[in-house]
This record gives sequence, structure tokens and C-alpha cells, in this order.
Amino acid sequence: MRRRSLARRSLPWAVIIGMFLVWEALCRLFNVPEFVLPLPSQIFEVLITRWEALLPHTTQTLMTTVIGFVGGVIVGTLIGIAIGSSRLVYEAMYPLLVGFYSIPKVAVVPILVLWFGSGTVPAVITSLVICIFPVVVNVATGLATTEPELEDVLRALGASKRDILWGVGIPRSMPYLFASLKIAITLAFVGTVISETVAANRGIGNVMIIASSNIDVPLVFAGLFILAFMGIALYALFALLESRMTGWAMRKTEFSM
Amino acid sequence: MSGRFVLLDAVDLTYRAGEDEGTLALEGASLGVGRGEFAAIVGPSGCGKSTILKLVSGLLAANRGRVEVAARPVAGPVKMAGMAFQNPTMLPWLSAIDNVLVPLKIVQPYRSQFKQKRAEYEERARALFKTVGLAGFEKRFPWQLSGGMQQRASLCRALIHEPEMLLLDEPFGALDAFTREDLWATLQELWMSRRPTVILVTHDLREAAYLADRIFVMSARPGRVIAAHEVPFPRPRTLDMTFSGEFVELIHALRREISDAREEALAA
Repeated sequence: MRRRSLARRSLPWAVIIGMFLVWEALCRLFNVPEFVLPLPSQIFEVLITRWEALLPHTTQTLMTTVIGFVGGVIVGTLIGIAIGSSRLVYEAMYPLLVGFYSIPKVAVVPILVLWFGSGTVPAVITSLVICIFPVVVNVATGLATTEPELEDVLRALGASKRDILWGVGIPRSMPYLFASLKIAITLAFVGTVISETVAANRGIGNVMIIASSNIDVPLVFAGLFILAFMGIALYALFALLESRMTGWAMRKTEFSM
Repeated sequence: MSGRFVLLDAVDLTYRAGEDEGTLALEGASLGVGRGEFAAIVGPSGCGKSTILKLVSGLLAANRGRVEVAARPVAGPVKMAGMAFQNPTMLPWLSAIDNVLVPLKIVQPYRSQFKQKRAEYEERARALFKTVGLAGFEKRFPWQLSGGMQQRASLCRALIHEPEMLLLDEPFGALDAFTREDLWATLQELWMSRRPTVILVTHDLREAAYLADRIFVMSARPGRVIAAHEVPFPRPRTLDMTFSGEFVELIHALRREISDAREEALAA
């Protein structure tokens, strides 16, 4: 049993390493030129030899993403609570939100640059904006699907609307919020990088766009790897937080407050 | 009917769903329950039994007629009520004891003293857990408890703030027969020691006759009270009593009234 669970846990690593090995083998076999698809070994070499140059860009992208993400989650949670707890607000705001979300965020960046200049600010705002929607939808769904019986328990005691929201609505929608955080954090990276590639002079997105105009393809891929790694790391962080905070929704026996 | 602790006088209630005409749930429903009395309401399903509890608790407002509790018209949730439903409705993110403490976080005067007196309140909750046979399960989460255990905890929650009035909506409906009978005894004990006014809605005629001082029989929808029975048996009642001739007769009488009411509704 124990051995099997160990095998299970190493499975994703085996898949990742396997992918790199196949990639390396195919590139070598067909003599794929470096400027089309570099070898994984070349990409790792870039990561190792140029880490000092890449590090400030990595932290720039990470900071931008995290700030945008936190802002987006706060704004999204507030809008989600408003929409989820009032039918009127829901009907009034939902079409606007869907419309807003349907706009490609790349198209928004030039406008943000016009308003705030290029650099960190438009990147933070882009990642913020891109995070809002999944958070809003999930929090609103969590609130709207709260069983009326659970609310009746408090309402029959003379609880105010605020008591009911804090006592039932918000805890009930926490699993929904955490599910949306995992989506939002990966989207936040997308937002940051979009903005960095269009209008910035720092960050991984910027590194990649410059490397690509210099046809330094291994460096472009090194940028992709860094993004993927940060994405996985933050996703894992929120998955861990989720199981800690809302274990009750998954009926975990080891869950306790 | 004056001087009654709970009073419904010629109450009408229509449930509106969207813009259609709505369902007439109650029409001219009247009943009175004295202070400290244990009343039960029985009737065909869908006759508006639960609606009466919602009116008394203030969760719903009547379209016509009077609803009074303690000689005052009900104009919103009455704080002195404890409620338990067929579904135990435990909050799944709280442990059993925290679920039971919920009313004390809402109802005054406990609410403003909750932080200082938490230990005292927890002690009180533990004592209740002991009475209903749940000692040792305080820290479990609701999904780690069986249906019967959850229902016991739900009873504790209804009682923790020492309400003057207990409104029970088929609280034992989803339980197996043995667990149900155990809980009848527990509920009778609790009632005898604290003497709250109880209104119990149930499908189970034996349950009504075992527990109640007075049984109201309702007609099919639109519901109104068509008969009231005094239950004469001495307390504490035992399960053996439920097999005595007198007891069985009472149940037959109740059953007849309900099946007549159903046939009338089908004929109409």
C-alpha cells in the first residue's frame, strides 16, 4: 500500500522527465535546428549559466503577478459577494461582467499603457483584471447555492443578514473561492506576461520578446520554463491551502481546525 | 383561545412562486397552545404543517389572520424559539460542539458575552451532549456522525439557548425506528425537566401520541385544523404504553380523521 502511494506520487515527475527525454531524443534524431526547437539540455544550460541575469526578471514577474492576483481576488470576492447575495445585483451586473471578460486582455494593454505609461503598473492591472472573473463566478455560485435550510437555522434565531452572510454564506462559499484561486493564479501569470511582452522593460515576458527578436530561442524557452515552474509552485501552494482550509468540503478525516 | 402562549386565528397563507397565482397552503387555520404545553400537529402530507411552524417562528408572515406568541403579534423571527428540522442542517465546517454553540453567538444576551463566557457555554453544551447520549463526540464533524447522532446534536442546538419555545419539524422523520424511539424518550425527558412550549410536526401518529399533551389534526391543502385531541396518558410515558388499548384507539381515531380528510380532498 505504502509503496504504491510512493509510486503514485512519483508518477507526475516520471511523466515530466519522460517528456524531456523524448523531446531530447526526437530533436537529436531528426537534427532539429536550435532556432526551431532547442534541446531541453540546452534550455537547462541557459537556466544554469544565466540565472544571475534571469533572477531579477523572475522576481519582477513574480511580484507583479502576486500583487495583481491579490488585488484581483479582493475585488473579485467583493463583487462575488454582492452578486451572490442579491438577485437584483446579479441580474444587473452579470451581462456587463461577461462582456468585460470576453474582451481579449491583449487589447486592453495599449489602453492601460496610454493611461499609466509602460512598466509595472499596466502589468499589475492586467493580471488583476484577468483574475477577477473566475473568483466572481465561483464566490457568487457558492453563495447562491447555499441551502436555505442552513440559513433558516440562523434566521429563526433572529440573525441579521450580516450574521447569516458571515455565519453561513461565506464559510459555505470558501471551497468555491479556493477552487477559483487555483485558476486565478495561473491566469494572473498570463496577464502579467501579456503586458510585459507588449509594454515593459523588465520581467520574463520582456526577456522572452527580446530573446525572440535576437533569435536566442533557448533563452525564450528558458523563460517559458521559469513561468511554468512558478505556475506549478503557486498552484501547489493554493492546493495545499485549500485542503487545509476547506477539508470539510472534501470530508477529510484528518481535517481539524 | 385567549391567554394562549401560541395562537393562530383564522390564518391564510399563499406561497407565491414567480407571477402565477401561487399555492394556497393554509386557509382559516386556527390553533392555540398553552405555555409549557407539548403540542403535536399531524395531517396528510403537503397540508401546511411545516408552514405553521414557519409562521410561529416568524420566518413567514401570514396573508390574513392573527399569529401571536406570548400575547404579542409575530412580526419577524422570534428569538425565544429553538428549531430542529427533519434534515439535521449541521454546518459542515464546524465541529458538533461548535454547531451547538451557534445560537449563543447570535442570540442576546449570550452574544455579547460569548468571548468571556465561552468556557462556561462549552460546559453547558457538553452537559447537553451527555443528556442526549453524545458524550465524547463533541469534536467530531457532522459528516463523521450518523444520522441519528446528527439529529441529537441538532436537538442540543435547538435547546442550548434555553428557549421558551421549541419548534420541531419532523425531527425524527429520517431515522430508523429504534433510534427514533430512543429519541422520543430523550425528548420527553428534556421537556419534563425544562418545560418549554413545544410544537412538533410529524407524520408518525405513535410519535405524536407518545410525546404530546394535545394533538391537532389538519385537513388536506389548503390546510386548517379540523380536530384537536387531549392525550390523557400520565408521564413519563413508556414505550409499553404505546401498545395499550387506549393508546391504539387514539391512533385509530387520528388515522381515520386523516384518511377522511384525504378522501375529501380527492373527491373535491
